[in-house]
Amino acid sequence: MLIIDNVNVYYGKLHALKGISLRVGEGEIVSLIGANGAGKTTVLRAVSGILAPRSGKILFKGKDISGLPPHKVARQGIAHVPEGRGVFANMTVRENLDMGACTRRPGREVDESLDRVFSRFPRMAERAAQLAGTLSGGEQQMLAIGRAMMANPSMMLLDEPSMGLSPLLVEEIFHMITEVNRAGATILLVEQNASMAFSISRRAYVLETGSIVIKGDTDDLRNDPGVQSAYLGDL
Amino acid sequence: MDYFLQQVINGLQIGFVYALIALGYTMVYGVVGLINFAHGDVFMVGAFIGLYAIGKYHLPLFAVFLLATIGCAVLAVVMERVAYRPLRQAPRIASLITAIGVSLFLEYFTALNQVFGPNFYSFPRPFAVSSWGPGDISLTNIQAIIFLVTLSCLGALQFIVRRTRVGRAMRAVSFDPVTAGLVGVDVNRVISITFGLGAALAGVGGVLYGIAYPQVNTFMGVMPGLKAFTAAVLGGIGSIPGAVLGALIMGQSETLASAYLSSTYRDGIAFVILIGVLLLRPTGILGAAKTEKV
Repeated sequence: MLIIDNVNVYYGKLHALKGISLRVGEGEIVSLIGANGAGKTTVLRAVSGILAPRSGKILFKGKDISGLPPHKVARQGIAHVPEGRGVFANMTVRENLDMGACTRRPGREVDESLDRVFSRFPRMAERAAQLAGTLSGGEQQMLAIGRAMMANPSMMLLDEPSMGLSPLLVEEIFHMITEVNRAGATILLVEQNASMAFSISRRAYVLETGSIVIKGDTDDLRNDPGVQSAYLGDL
Repeated sequence: MDYFLQQVINGLQIGFVYALIALGYTMVYGVVGLINFAHGDVFMVGAFIGLYAIGKYHLPLFAVFLLATIGCAVLAVVMERVAYRPLRQAPRIASLITAIGVSLFLEYFTALNQVFGPNFYSFPRPFAVSSWGPGDISLTNIQAIIFLVTLSCLGALQFIVRRTRVGRAMRAVSFDPVTAGLVGVDVNRVISITFGLGAALAGVGGVLYGIAYPQVNTFMGVMPGLKAFTAAVLGGIGSIPGAVLGALIMGQSETLASAYLSSTYRDGIAFVILIGVLLLRPTGILGAAKTEKV
């Protein structure tokens, strides 16, 4: 579904992604883990068009999307839940969700998406008229995911959804991610919390200073001594 | 007391015109963080469109406003496209200097004989002036039109920003353009629309100003532009209600200053206010300092 082929991204002179290749098959949840500054967010930003790769290809459903502006990538069916929640704090919960559907014609299908989001996140329905900035961190993360669901995407990119949340909330968020996946969206998940990421994904890539150093099934990675000491801690 | 009330009415007249200009400053600042110093000159172009539409073609007032809004909107969209968009990623000072350049260009280019010309031209009154009111207080039909037209523009703007998809997209871009792009908003299009909308309001303001103060010239936008900018800063730049509030305060203070002190203080008071706000409350009355979330 998504193929990243030998992509190079620069920030000015800094070589941020050094010939990255990865693929995500339809229906999969794939994790991309790595330390701070390894380039995980950069990968997602290159896919969604915030950054243009200097070379290499990004194919989505067989179509080259590298270099497309973000709103056109979004229209291809890719929803990006940015790091640090990124809800529109100056707008209500309902307006945030409406923004998520801004590429779609308003109508019954959009209403159904809204119903789905509200039934999955009842708290969003309760707080529909509240400003998003007044929500708690966990609620904002749910709203960001709910907003992405409103686009009815075939693929969702999630950037550190666990960041800054309590373990209980992290469980809840990850449970939702698997539900979104089961409802039909392919998922590329960027995480620092490798053990949580591995718990819901079958395959993973490990990124270090702009290069993919390890890839494979999460079952194997879990037993890999290098991965264990660097990313799984004492688990 | 009558004298005071009369001055308040006069202050509202100019305050409403400032409001129409100030909105463009504040909206554009809201979405791209740019002080568009050429905005006062867009207002001037609106006044000249009014001059030709009324004086030469004798169009009905409604058509005059329509032409001025469309003409100014197109001008501003082109201006953004040609002058500001290529500098979107450049340091802010580059856009600011460009804005001053665009402003000077509009003033001097339109002063050419082949365009509007360098002289003062008298703005034709589309109707005879009449007034009503008890005692020494009077409300002219010009003032009534200014109040009516401005209030309808404010209503329409409020509706667009609060209730339509485009307005929602504008607010999203103004909060965070990157995330707005991610959810599928065509950010460039929203920026164009914002420039166009702000300029349309300034165009209406230009026509109203021409009717009320019937003399136009290609540099007429400088002072109202600066005052409207001050009004936007006073109200809190980026805030739409703030721009209106700031403009009304500005209109009152300069009218009252010239009524009770001396008309020579009229322009000075605007800049005393600007300096005062920048010293005491740089975020303005309704503006909030943007807090960065970690």
